Amino acid sequence: MATILTETGEFEAPQAEVSGEALWLSAREAETATGWVARPEGLCKTETCVPLPPGREEEFVRGARVNIAALWRHLGQPIVHSDRGHLWLLASSAHDRAAALRSLEAPNFTLPDASGRPHSLTDYRGKKVFLVTWASW
Amino acid sequence: MWQALYEELADQNFVVIAVAMDSREGDALPWIEAAKPTYPTLIDREHRLAELYGVVNVPQAIWIDEGGRIVRPAEAAGAYEGFRKMNRATRELPADAAQLTSQAKTTYLNAVRDWVRRGPDSEHALPADRARAHLPALTEDMVTAQAMFRLGQYLLRHGEREEGERWLKEASRRHPDSWCIWRQGAGVNELGLAALPDFWERVEALGDRRYYATVDMKGMP
Repeated sequence: MATILTETGEFEAPQAEVSGEALWLSAREAETATGWVARPEGLCKTETCVPLPPGREEEFVRGARVNIAALWRHLGQPIVHSDRGHLWLLASSAHDRAAALRSLEAPNFTLPDASGRPHSLTDYRGKKVFLVTWASW
Repeated sequence: MWQALYEELADQNFVVIAVAMDSREGDALPWIEAAKPTYPTLIDREHRLAELYGVVNVPQAIWIDEGGRIVRPAEAAGAYEGFRKMNRATRELPADAAQLTSQAKTTYLNAVRDWVRRGPDSEHALPADRARAHLPALTEDMVTAQAMFRLGQYLLRHGEREEGERWLKEASRRHPDSWCIWRQGAGVNELGLAALPDFWERVEALGDRRYYATVDMKGMP
């Protein structure tokens, strides 16, 4: 049982098995939370497939289960977890974030206003946007 | 600070989106209620803007055009170092600092006006190569720090205070340039304003380094 925080949200993974630095998810959980699926070519997400290192396949895939933590480390993407392994965060790499910014396409986000209503940057497409941070401190 | 600018320019296809980098429940709300801005004021508890845009401080602004392209990446939004010379007892600035602070603010506001009026023809709208040159340099430590920050915030929201605070401190250690991270992890304080001994100590530790990185804009101190 684990909670997984990703780029897209928060996912509960009741079938997750944690063992040290391994986070084993069911095939469905892995796909729902991260988009990655195990195929004969390796682990794949949309158009990309990552072949499993020869001789080390079992570190990543066992039957229908996927060690998503091993994949994250293999891809050089940050992964952190709580002390007792009940909470995991799968992040994007600096390389991928920087590449996204270099496109100069403003990354979309959705955040709530004071009354809890969500606003996405894309809601304001068609206007010049002055996006400014502030804090109460 | 932006309400007047917004009112002046709102009919020219312009919007201010102000994002509070506040993680503690209810911190931002009293300020929003008092100011009653008419532009969207959002709350970014997990510092999503830091993850996506490399924001490290407040106020920082990103300019985005009608087509969703970044025209100016994250930079200090008309703010200046002058506050470092503040008399902490009286909160007064010496004249030179006050003048430069005012100059920074006016220069920045005028630049926004110019961009709204002239779009890509504005000298302040950065062409693609200059915009790219001003993107924040993202390191593995910085993205890991943001991940740790988000993990810590989740733990705090779920009552796991000791571990949550530990992750926030580690996040700050990994990304020492982020005042946003540091401030959220600096421990609970009800004062709300950045007028605390630990804040000043950290500012002083900058030495000659700037609190707000230089902004590439004519007239900006």
